[in-house]
Amino acid sequence: MSFDASYNEKELNAVGTRPVRPDGVDKVTGRARYGADYNMPGQLVARVLRSPHAHARILRIDTSQAEALKGVKAVVTAADLPDLTDGDASLFAILDNCMARTKALYDGHAVAAVAAIDVHVARKALKLIEVDYEVLPHVVDVDLAMAPDAPVLDETIITKGVTPAPDAPSNVFAHSEFGHGDVAAGFAKADEIVERTFKTEQTHQGYIEPHACVASCNSDGSAEMWVCTQGPFVYRQVCADLLGLEVSKLKVTSSEIGGGFGGKTHVWAEPVALALSRKAGRPVKLVMSRNEVFRASGPTSATSIDVKIGATKDGTITAAEATLRYTSGPYPDTWAETGAMTAFACYDLENVKTVGIEVLVNRPKVAAYRAPSAPMAAFAVESAIDSLAHKIGIDAVDFRIKNAAREGTRSSYGPVYGPIGIGPTLEAAKAHAHMSAPLGKNQGRGMACGFWFNFGGQTCTDLNISADGTVTLSVGTVDVGGSRASLSMIAAEELGIAYEDVKAGVADTASLGYNDMTDGSRGTFSSSMATISAARNAIAVMKQRAALMWDIPVEDIEWKDGQAHAVGASHDNLAPLSVKDIAAKAGNTGGPIAGHSELVADGAGVSFGTHICDVEVDPETGATRVIRYTVIQDAGKAVHPAYVEGQYQGGAAQGIGWALNEEYIYGEDGRLQNAGFLDYRIPVCSDLPMIDTQILEIPNPNHPYGVRGVGETSIVPPLAAVANAVSDAVGVRMTHVPISPPRILAALKAQR
Amino acid sequence: MVQVTLWAGLRPLAEDQEHVTIEAATIRELLSKLQLRYPALEQPFRNDVAVAINGTIYRDDWSQGIPEDAEVFLMRRIPGG
Repeated sequence: MSFDASYNEKELNAVGTRPVRPDGVDKVTGRARYGADYNMPGQLVARVLRSPHAHARILRIDTSQAEALKGVKAVVTAADLPDLTDGDASLFAILDNCMARTKALYDGHAVAAVAAIDVHVARKALKLIEVDYEVLPHVVDVDLAMAPDAPVLDETIITKGVTPAPDAPSNVFAHSEFGHGDVAAGFAKADEIVERTFKTEQTHQGYIEPHACVASCNSDGSAEMWVCTQGPFVYRQVCADLLGLEVSKLKVTSSEIGGGFGGKTHVWAEPVALALSRKAGRPVKLVMSRNEVFRASGPTSATSIDVKIGATKDGTITAAEATLRYTSGPYPDTWAETGAMTAFACYDLENVKTVGIEVLVNRPKVAAYRAPSAPMAAFAVESAIDSLAHKIGIDAVDFRIKNAAREGTRSSYGPVYGPIGIGPTLEAAKAHAHMSAPLGKNQGRGMACGFWFNFGGQTCTDLNISADGTVTLSVGTVDVGGSRASLSMIAAEELGIAYEDVKAGVADTASLGYNDMTDGSRGTFSSSMATISAARNAIAVMKQRAALMWDIPVEDIEWKDGQAHAVGASHDNLAPLSVKDIAAKAGNTGGPIAGHSELVADGAGVSFGTHICDVEVDPETGATRVIRYTVIQDAGKAVHPAYVEGQYQGGAAQGIGWALNEEYIYGEDGRLQNAGFLDYRIPVCSDLPMIDTQILEIPNPNHPYGVRGVGETSIVPPLAAVANAVSDAVGVRMTHVPISPPRILAALKAQR
Repeated sequence: MVQVTLWAGLRPLAEDQEHVTIEAATIRELLSKLQLRYPALEQPFRNDVAVAINGTIYRDDWSQGIPEDAEVFLMRRIPGG
């Protein structure tokens, strides 16, 4: 990478302010166009037929009656999505998940789809499709799926990562192991040990906007798609691979996005829409209903986790161990491995061991959800840490401070840490007024830490200077949390112009080079790096243009405060040239002025946060109310502090919902019972207090302004922070998330 | 010489070695030489590996230099949300 991304401390003018967001007016007036808001001439409406069974062999699909229905223009099944994956198992899983081939593997698995002239015809056509199923035994629970008598979803799966390899197939796809030292010896040194099993239920990201797209395939092999996604370039690649299209001939445009949180990093319905359009020869719009979103897209893993931690009486942890069992849906994946890597990452441990176990179940294919896999691991570990602190009689914050990882600590997932920020977040928590505020009757307080890996990735940005000196900035990372504002501020900072003179937009895949998705907390981190680079390239061009305008050597020009200055005794009387001055003459000094950047933004740096939570529990009903909540996290440098606070608050809100109410509830028949927001309860504003935030700014050495990703870490501590608070309030350790009223009442009853 | 630690999932593909010593000045050279020595690593090296150098994780920048005596760790690439 030729761009020097090293941190350079300097005074910043635009960065760190709180201007109005450029997309705000469109969003509050309803003009913003989301996935379902786009239409094409001659467009058809798609609907998907889904399996009502949790596990069933597909014996026959007869679409003839549906195809014969007037107004139906195409019907597709797996036969219309031939396997082009060339042995790539993960790509095949995506294909099979989009349209079941030989077996329906969960309630809601797509088996056929129609495109018709309107929704009424499409619905009628679905009823005319005949599917013969051989219903098979199913399993949805993570622990039951590992039992010897569990129905096996995939007879080809022999557990990886164990020696010797098993001689029979099972639902356990893989074991992974991390750690160092000798945990047995460490536990032998412990004065006190806490050992418990925890469970977390499956949750959905709960994005308000469902998956939606309009796909249009042309007879010449080209195609385009308008879609709600976190990554148009990745959607383009995956869809092209699955449909056998040339990547450059598929143009993908991302709409505004009504939430993604990882769920829109994966394709679900988009290949089906393209297949329907290809068959019908007309554009096809496919919008998933809320029921479909719940049943067939994006949930996180359900988990079952054993934790054992030992410490001496002085509060030193001597050993820590965890076995983490995560569901991955019906296809192999590595979610438990990620959980195993993050579980003890906050601590400096001499002896630590984690084992991740990937478990297949008849539930939807698991997708990333904001710091995927980390919140569940943190729930188990931070609950056990809390118990151990109580057991040895040490303050929970002091216990964590004493054992916190620091520079030079060997992380539980392997490498030795460089400079990291968990210590400052814990110290800030200890000093925070929240920690010493009085509590009332039936109230309790908990706190917890969390860790996440951030990352950067491939990034491409174009910065164009218009004739009037205003700037358009084209980025390839979808704006999920205000990045158009942040990136405009960055461009303004570098160029030395007003924020209002920069207009940032998200480019389509035909207009800009490849960009990785907006995931891994990378949007502002990586695109700001590329924007800085593009702006500096544009400044180099403007210096050359100023040199031509003045007819002096470019070496005699300095860029300062948004202007070209001629330096040296012979040029002192030349008035500086602003961006507007230079832009106005661009047509006669070489044409349009632009700066481009293509880079890999690496060195994002790992992230830590500490949360404090107060709750009040009604002992009669078991209802819990969060009455105060504080998030403390390092942002490196908060480009737009209001949006950083928004990320902290949003992650906390989602985590609180996960901790208290949200869960997939399956019936005995393996069918999802609560596929809607009435029965799957995410927190609304009236459920939450104002979530306080404290932004720490410890510069990231690998970013010119010190920026770190901030999007994901905030969802990691809340499950444990809430659980610790509830446990404090009711006097019983809560080990099963969500900590819903029935679970609290059951725990209270068991205690009596 | 650089001592590289392989995460457990890679070890079966590298004759069960946890640590491998190799002469490499950049991540690209490191991965190339490792793959030459253990051809089975080719598959995970396509898209599954990140490299931690002195605790900083690199997922894509294979031109990154490896300082003398650096701690180098091969990790799985983590998904994001």
